[in-house]
Amino acid sequence: MSARAPVLNVNDLRVGFVTEGGRLQAVDGVSFDLAPGEVLAIVGESGSGKSVTAQSIIGLTRSPNSRIEGSVKLHDEELLDLSEGALQKVRGARIAMVFQDPMTSLNPVYRVGDQIVEAVRAHRRTSDGDARALAIEMLDSVGIPNPELRVNSYPHELSGGQRQRAMIAMALALEPEVLIADEPTTALDVTIQAQILDLLKRLNRERNLATVLITHDLGVVAEVADRVLVMYAGRVVEQGSLDEIFYDPQHPYTWGLLGSLARIDQARTQRLPQIRGVPPSLVGLPAGCSFRPRCPHSFDRCVHMPDLAARADREAGHLDRCWLEPERKRELREVEGRIGLEEPA
Amino acid sequence: MGRFIARRLIGMVLVLFAISVIVFLIFNVIPNSDPAQRMAGKNATPQLVASINKDWGFEDPLPQQYLTTMKKIVTGELISYSNQLNVNEQISKGLPATFSLSIGAALIWMFFGVVFGYLSAIRAGGVTDRLLTVVAIVGISMPVFVLAAVFLKYLAYDTGIFPSGGYVKLTEDPLEWVYHLILPWITLAIIYVGFYSRVLRSNMLDAMSGDYVRTARAKGLSERQVMRRHVLRNSLIPIVTLFGLDFGAVVFGGAILTEAIFSLNGVGDYAYQSTINLDLPPIMAVTLFGAFFVVLFNALVDIAYAYLDPRVRLGESAQ
Repeated sequence: MSARAPVLNVNDLRVGFVTEGGRLQAVDGVSFDLAPGEVLAIVGESGSGKSVTAQSIIGLTRSPNSRIEGSVKLHDEELLDLSEGALQKVRGARIAMVFQDPMTSLNPVYRVGDQIVEAVRAHRRTSDGDARALAIEMLDSVGIPNPELRVNSYPHELSGGQRQRAMIAMALALEPEVLIADEPTTALDVTIQAQILDLLKRLNRERNLATVLITHDLGVVAEVADRVLVMYAGRVVEQGSLDEIFYDPQHPYTWGLLGSLARIDQARTQRLPQIRGVPPSLVGLPAGCSFRPRCPHSFDRCVHMPDLAARADREAGHLDRCWLEPERKRELREVEGRIGLEEPA
Repeated sequence: MGRFIARRLIGMVLVLFAISVIVFLIFNVIPNSDPAQRMAGKNATPQLVASINKDWGFEDPLPQQYLTTMKKIVTGELISYSNQLNVNEQISKGLPATFSLSIGAALIWMFFGVVFGYLSAIRAGGVTDRLLTVVAIVGISMPVFVLAAVFLKYLAYDTGIFPSGGYVKLTEDPLEWVYHLILPWITLAIIYVGFYSRVLRSNMLDAMSGDYVRTARAKGLSERQVMRRHVLRNSLIPIVTLFGLDFGAVVFGGAILTEAIFSLNGVGDYAYQSTINLDLPPIMAVTLFGAFFVVLFNALVDIAYAYLDPRVRLGESAQ
């Protein structure tokens, strides 16, 4: 845990939507702190609520059909209570966001520079020329070659990686305290992914930027994260430092995620292990632990929902939501010499 | 850009050539359309018919006749069969009324189409949206002749609020010009207002769920800025295409009914009279005139598109 005062504090965040299929709880009681310079990864499958959590922080999920409860504090300011107008001053300026697909996340009809200028001028009273100079400087700082030319390019004239760099330049132009990156590398080639992650890591260090990284890719997490939140069906099922999650995972779902990673030190003779079943529909979740129907280790206690708590006698920062005894977990997660999720023999 | 324009010009000429040939051939296979017979009258002697045939060149081979007609259109010497008036002069006489009607109506339908569509979209599902939906559907399903008749009965004949027809030149009296054109403008525009507002509404609703709109919100733009600069701006691109096609088509013939009902004596009305009289020269000329506008506006739409949507490249860079 970081000793520094958190810049962002999310406490018991709950986001519900009214849909045609009924009411669903997309995010159910998510809490975390984020310190300056820290990278927090939120990991989970599609529908686990990770993106909704991220977007709810800056109120992008506000709508007549949604109900957002709990608390999101930027320093001491409660963001959930802010009016739409007051929240607009926070968005982009103090908490910025980068999205998954740089192909579609930039408006195709405006020049890249103009889109950065638009973001700057939404928050600062500055001349067009100054905003433009800042846009060029930002494009340069994210590693786009010939920024004074590229500032006049349209999004389709840039490569995928450059577009994502431009998105990051736009997000950081106003020197926000928090950057939320929602699957920033998912739509990119592997080599470009590595470059973008390096860039995020560098900016995070240079600017002491607090970063929330949403991803389903544990490889990405291993690259950049300080702490990890594993989400399943709208709830955090495990949270801890990077090492705790990778080397001492407590929740069977985390075992499954780790077990399905491709590893360079193993022969490619078999199919990669996968977690059986599919992510649950959020309408009509089973009672008790949501992972129970897919968990080979479930037992009678699992019909009751476990709390998110420190279960082993270790640092208070490592929390999980599984009834199994820590000793038993250590035995069960060992599958063929590595961590994995498999039927008990 | 230069190559693009050259290509479009060649295309235009080809299209106009094809249309002129088709109209010419159709006219020559319509029964009872022998122009010499019609010009000579019901009880004409064979000698008279023969002499007309000779004088007007109706016995020349068809390609020859076609070329003669086309040459006369270009040089402005084309003469109507039925009243022996110069066709180009007649069309020129009709142009002010036709353009006044179609340009005015176009401005009205673009303005209200966009405003209604925008309001519908940003209040989707609300009372305003539902009200505008009803207005749009009534507009779309209202035939011109019904609407014109209703207007004339209640707003002209019964109450005298508006004149029942006729065209006053803009240069003569601008106020009377507007006054005489209000009902025809609305009659012609209303169907497009309904149609455009529906199209824009659905374009905008599609655009609203776009990723770049979410980005715009995430940068801290106000809802109004998001809607105008991102949603509306991108949703107008297909509207411009529609407009180019529709405006060309209105000048081409969409205004014929409106011109005839409100006795505006424009090109459309001239086309209507000529068709009734099976008068080939004006039909040829008016058809080409209209086709020219359709093709011209198509080309303009393509050029406008390149400005509105930078992903569309004209000419060299497209290859």
